Amino acid sequence: MTRFRRPGFWAGLLYLLLLVGAGILVVRYTRGLGAVTHLSDAFPWGLWVGFDVLCGVGLAAGGFAITSAVYLFNIKRLEPIVRPTILTAFLGYVLVVVALLFDLGRPWNIWHPLVMWNPRSVMFEVSWCVTLYLTVLFLEFAGMVFERLRWKRALVAQKATVVPLVIAGAILSTLHQSSLGSFYLIVPTKLHPLWYTPLLPLMFFLSAFAVGFAVVIVESRLSARATGHRLEMPILMEVARALLAALSVYAVARVYDLADRGVLAEAFRATPEAGLFQLEFALGVALPIALLLHARVRHNTRVLYGASLLAILGFVANRLNVSITGLERSAGVSYVPAWPEFVITLMLVGVGFGLFRLAVTYLPVYPPGPSPVFLEVPAKT
Amino acid sequence: MTAQVAIATTKPAARALLIDITRCIGCRACASACKETHGFPGDGSETELSAVTYTVVLDKGQDRYVRRMCMHCQDPSCASACPVGALHKSILGPVTYDAAKCLGCRYCMVACPFSVPKYEWRSATPMVRKCDMCTERVQKGELPACAEVCPVEATVAGTRDGLLAEAHRRIAESPGQYHPVVYGEYEVGGTSVLFLSPVPFEELGFKVLGREPLPSLTWAALERVPGIVTIGGAGLFAIWWITHRREEVAQAKASTRGAGGSGGGGQP
Repeated sequence: MTRFRRPGFWAGLLYLLLLVGAGILVVRYTRGLGAVTHLSDAFPWGLWVGFDVLCGVGLAAGGFAITSAVYLFNIKRLEPIVRPTILTAFLGYVLVVVALLFDLGRPWNIWHPLVMWNPRSVMFEVSWCVTLYLTVLFLEFAGMVFERLRWKRALVAQKATVVPLVIAGAILSTLHQSSLGSFYLIVPTKLHPLWYTPLLPLMFFLSAFAVGFAVVIVESRLSARATGHRLEMPILMEVARALLAALSVYAVARVYDLADRGVLAEAFRATPEAGLFQLEFALGVALPIALLLHARVRHNTRVLYGASLLAILGFVANRLNVSITGLERSAGVSYVPAWPEFVITLMLVGVGFGLFRLAVTYLPVYPPGPSPVFLEVPAKT
Repeated sequence: MTAQVAIATTKPAARALLIDITRCIGCRACASACKETHGFPGDGSETELSAVTYTVVLDKGQDRYVRRMCMHCQDPSCASACPVGALHKSILGPVTYDAAKCLGCRYCMVACPFSVPKYEWRSATPMVRKCDMCTERVQKGELPACAEVCPVEATVAGTRDGLLAEAHRRIAESPGQYHPVVYGEYEVGGTSVLFLSPVPFEELGFKVLGREPLPSLTWAALERVPGIVTIGGAGLFAIWWITHRREEVAQAKASTRGAGGSGGGGQP
């Protein structure tokens, strides 16, 4: 942690979060979820499902988009970002499973869906997809470990399986990214019409696909600070183009769906839901699209990062609106997470950053030394 | 009591309840009998369902009392939502819960259109709690506690078909007294708890629900899974094959020309 600009600050914060988080978890596992959360019978899913799980899975979507682009569509220019995105996706999914262990009431039964089948359940499908996709990501990630350990035979074997792994990863991701939206198909009377649509699975898939690219861009900036490797402009522009295209497709689908269901007017009423929708859509979808058009013309990295960050925030807002705020009216209660819920969430995010940093320090995530696709920037000390 | 048994014994297996709001006097004997049967704290005067309150009697004014409890849907959202089948529509009628299977995801609570399943939030080994229509009693040939104790036969037990016939008979017999609809006959595909009311059900706080069982909404998405896997898998494999074949061809051409082509396949 010595290469951070303010050495010790972030690490210190992470240790503090881990310490407080551990205390919270002791209470959670001895006195129940009610002791540390504001979850209730009227609001059984809160921040840990809405953010840690729904956003965690969605933000890791870059993994399958980039690996598919490189290995299946043969877009070799993007090869340098394959490893960091696989790493991000792998860590993201590991943290989602950890979050589930915190949120599930009876986490010792987490493996039950693998043996007790209910194929009519979306949760059953998601359980299988996440288990299988985590395995796929682990095998993709293992390549970096094998390379580091110089296990040549294992590396050769791993490389031979890349194409089937990438295909499996793309299908599993498509299935469960959309299935996270399918969760809410069963609550037509509970979820506000601005978010409830029979096309929820499609909306979840399209928005996750788009935000995956935004994560790649923001992550490249963060890892540039941490490792001294900065992505070349052409690659960043390529990803920005993909983000712009994917976000535009999502925006059109979203507006078309609202109009098609005749609820576009709902977005302009004086209701809290309308305000939240406007925030989500104007700041998190429309503005990033406008900025990306600008960044593309100007090749302005600052604007590019800003737009990507907004797209990520818009995505998070959407997931929280579907899973929390859009359900508040029908639940008849308002849910504000308790402070331990925030601490645990921040702790998981912090652990994610910490593990990413450890991985880029000790594993060949980025090729060593100057390379044609990376610009060496002087390490900040 | 006698009329109730007559209905109940027509076929003791498939159990259902008929609750006639025009008969209910709001004595809450059902709610307190429920508490007693399950050994829960409280006297039956609660106004909200909880992990220790499986039924409540709500005072809607004008001498109208509405019971709230698990509706025991014919095609229950909770059972379809549960990834491990911990919730199950039994052939006896009740929707039952098996804590040994449950992993505590609480999707059942989210999915239930009536917001019935409740949770033990303060337990380290929490369970989903809701009315099971006294499955244990029913298996012994007894009536559900609430139906047995009701002094005015506002809640009666029987087979679903038998109770539906009885409900329509009552409506036909005194049309002025009843709103001509049996709540639960068609709602979300039908429920095993049926209601009769003197006024439209919305006025008493009942949810307005369509006839379609809600699990069909999620099934519409789930049934596409095999197609996505096969077509998606074949499609992606085809794309891989085409892009790499194109590259091979480009490389072969480059080598025949003797030039050191870069072999950059992919999209422009």
